[in-house]
Amino acid sequence: MASEPVSAGLAAPALPGFWRRFFRRKLATAGLAVLVLIVLAAVLAPWISPYNPDEQFFDGLTLEGAPLPPNAQYWFGTDLVGRDLFSRILYGARTSLVIGILANGVSVLIGALVGITGGYFKGWASAALMRFTDLMMAFPALLLAIVLAAMFRPSLLIVALVIAMVNWVQIARVLYTETRSLAERDFIEAERALGAGTVRILTRHILPHLVPTILVYSTLGIATTVLLEATLSYLGIGVQPPTASWGNIIFENQTYFTSAPWLVFIPGAAIILLALAFNLVGDALRDLLDPTQQGHHG
Amino acid sequence: MTTDPTQPLLSVRNLVTQVATPAGARSVIRDLSFDLDRGKTLCIAGESGSGKSMTALSLMQLLPKPMARVASGQAIFKGRDLFSLGEEEMRAVRGREIGMIFQEPMTSLNPVLTVGRQLVEAITAHRPMGQAAALAEARRLLEQVQIPDPARRLGQYPHELSGGMRQRVMIAIALSQGPDILIADEPTTALDVTVQAQILSLIRMLQAEKGTSVIMITHDMGVVAEMADHVLVMKDGQAVEHGDTVPLFREPKAAYTRMLLDAVPKLGEMTGTDRPKRGRAETEAAGTAPVRQPILEVRDLTVRFDIRGGILQRPVARVHAVEGLSFDLYPGETLSLVGESGCGKSTTGKALMNLVPWTGSVRVAGRETQGLSRQAMKAVLRDVQMVFQDPYASLDPRYRVGDLVAEPLLIHGIASGSELKDRVEYLFRRVGLSPDQARRYPHEFSGGQRQRISIARALSLSPKIIIADESVSALDVSIQAQVLDLLQDIQNETGISYIFISHDMAVVEQISHRVAVMYMGQFVETGTRRQIFENPQHAYTQALLSAVPVPDPTRDRRAYDPSAREIRSPIRPLDFTPKPAAFQNVGGGHFVAR
Repeated sequence: MASEPVSAGLAAPALPGFWRRFFRRKLATAGLAVLVLIVLAAVLAPWISPYNPDEQFFDGLTLEGAPLPPNAQYWFGTDLVGRDLFSRILYGARTSLVIGILANGVSVLIGALVGITGGYFKGWASAALMRFTDLMMAFPALLLAIVLAAMFRPSLLIVALVIAMVNWVQIARVLYTETRSLAERDFIEAERALGAGTVRILTRHILPHLVPTILVYSTLGIATTVLLEATLSYLGIGVQPPTASWGNIIFENQTYFTSAPWLVFIPGAAIILLALAFNLVGDALRDLLDPTQQGHHG
Repeated sequence: MTTDPTQPLLSVRNLVTQVATPAGARSVIRDLSFDLDRGKTLCIAGESGSGKSMTALSLMQLLPKPMARVASGQAIFKGRDLFSLGEEEMRAVRGREIGMIFQEPMTSLNPVLTVGRQLVEAITAHRPMGQAAALAEARRLLEQVQIPDPARRLGQYPHELSGGMRQRVMIAIALSQGPDILIADEPTTALDVTVQAQILSLIRMLQAEKGTSVIMITHDMGVVAEMADHVLVMKDGQAVEHGDTVPLFREPKAAYTRMLLDAVPKLGEMTGTDRPKRGRAETEAAGTAPVRQPILEVRDLTVRFDIRGGILQRPVARVHAVEGLSFDLYPGETLSLVGESGCGKSTTGKALMNLVPWTGSVRVAGRETQGLSRQAMKAVLRDVQMVFQDPYASLDPRYRVGDLVAEPLLIHGIASGSELKDRVEYLFRRVGLSPDQARRYPHEFSGGQRQRISIARALSLSPKIIIADESVSALDVSIQAQVLDLLQDIQNETGISYIFISHDMAVVEQISHRVAVMYMGQFVETGTRRQIFENPQHAYTQALLSAVPVPDPTRDRRAYDPSAREIRSPIRPLDFTPKPAAFQNVGGGHFVAR
């Protein structure tokens, strides 16, 4: 190892034995397994789902018209109109994953851009940027999402972008504060004294320190994003029925919570599982990418 | 108070303190025994990691539980073993019978409560008393610690006081219950040397008045000599030497004590020599070289910051950080800027690097740097580099140190590939580190090693000038001596010039060719090292020199001087026009401000 040359050009810290150390963490490995499972379920939904998710089965309801609880034929039971819940959950994973990853990814991207620029540069432009962020923060997110969604014809992509437009504000604010304090740190001044340019300082010496925050926010944001999509769907401006998403399954069925609790619990559990899996993986990534944390895991 | 006065007040026997580590319990204090006599001062001296602060925390039972605990031992105080007391009983001891002051008075005081509130709280903690009576007592305590204008201080918040005054408040709080023992953990380390002198003599004065015993924890052998009746030298959690102060300084028995005493730069040690301690023999004595071109010419360097306030963030006052400095720096020369905190010495260093906006003229190797863009300044930075104060903060913790040393070469496009690798290896060896260590991260290194890495980074561009901003202040004395030697060796070898920014007169004496003493953003005296140290002319230079604690216990201890002033603030109203300094040449390039 000692003979390895000094890596040219400060490569992003790729650490040796990364995956080995990742798999040593049981919780993170479990989280990753769940993620892989959900992704597989989403991708393979047309082949593995036992029924058409949109088909209303005659025998999917009791004689009184109530949904069926989980049984041998319908594993997760049926919903209010007699559709197979298991199939809907599988297809819903597609929507929720796309929303979760796309919407969240875009919002983190915008938030990071705004927060880091606003935090690092001083002057009226960055001040204006941050005042705009504050304005966005003060504006009710749901209202804004409704307005935006109403302006466009709802589709999966539009819904994802609308959510991103609303959700970037918090992370921008947090990264702004962190960047400001980072920019005052001695080692940043030391870099300036060496003649390092702004781009180098931002990408090599500020951004890596923000990765933990970004990871935590990206993973925590999944759950809120999925729920916001559900809210929009519920209001009729999200993903259009009969397309299934975990959020709209909950909202469609919430009135029957007491008589058919599985209709809310099962998709709810799916959302929590997804968020938890992202969190566990994100936590592990954060620790593993920080060289000062090596070997300190519980 | 019924105990036998011939008995020691506190008697610690076989103290073992352990901390929990992933590898199991580790003893950070091993088998420590000492006595503290009534009315005497015991100094616990040692370098960082020696366990001296842990000893104090063990006595007070303030160890961070459950990470650390007293594993065995006794501390007999007034017939009781402190280590066997429960939390409730210990709380009655803390403050009332044993008081404590810490290094950083700002963090030990509550920033959102007034000084008066905090004093009243301390007074009434063990003694129920009416508000008015407590306030009167608070005022009396502040008078006792010689704070100017005590009545007004009661209503002020900690941030409105200077560092020295905050430490006086801490002392007042610690003494509010009339404790038998005062434990002072590096009480003056964060303070300027003139303020330190006042605080130390204040502690001595109060001790003499009240008969308090003092346990003083310090890394500074000068402070030890100034304060101690007995000394306990610690290393790696063990006592290496324990004895009376004068014999211990005269004939240290342990090799470690000798090393510690030898490593301390002693003011006056260099009297009668022209060159820095390890300076090259043929260093150009001023005037021998017929026409020497200065490598750095500074004229009227001025740095002012506006303080903004109010809703509109309008300027409300102005900090005159640096006011009209002019000086030259010659190749192969070390010029020290010396002064106390807030005198503008660090700001001067930053202005020379174009890290803060400034006015005036700075020419580096003939090239004017005023108004240069970041891009244009980059070329100048190949000639001027900087080593920062805090080796823990000035290296990006996320990169391997090899990459950090390579970075300046990459930024300036000087080397790449195998040449880069060779160059980095050379630099590591040059600063006394092994190239094998290049793959480690900064946190795996000690403070001294990190400072070597910072020096390697600065050296990588082969600059003509290095600005060393308090670069050895954060290091233990033994390490400090090594880093100073390294800097001097590099100068002997390459003829590099240094601007050495420091508050430490003894260090400055060792390394400088020339010295400039700064006060309130201006020079008050400039000259060769001999001129400044052997013939100081300005009152401030003299005060600065006499305030330095000298590691010689036989020297007379200074009495408390109530007239000594706190350092003035360089914050002025917006319409303030500074008076340009007028200098008087007292001969041989020795200038004194009038």
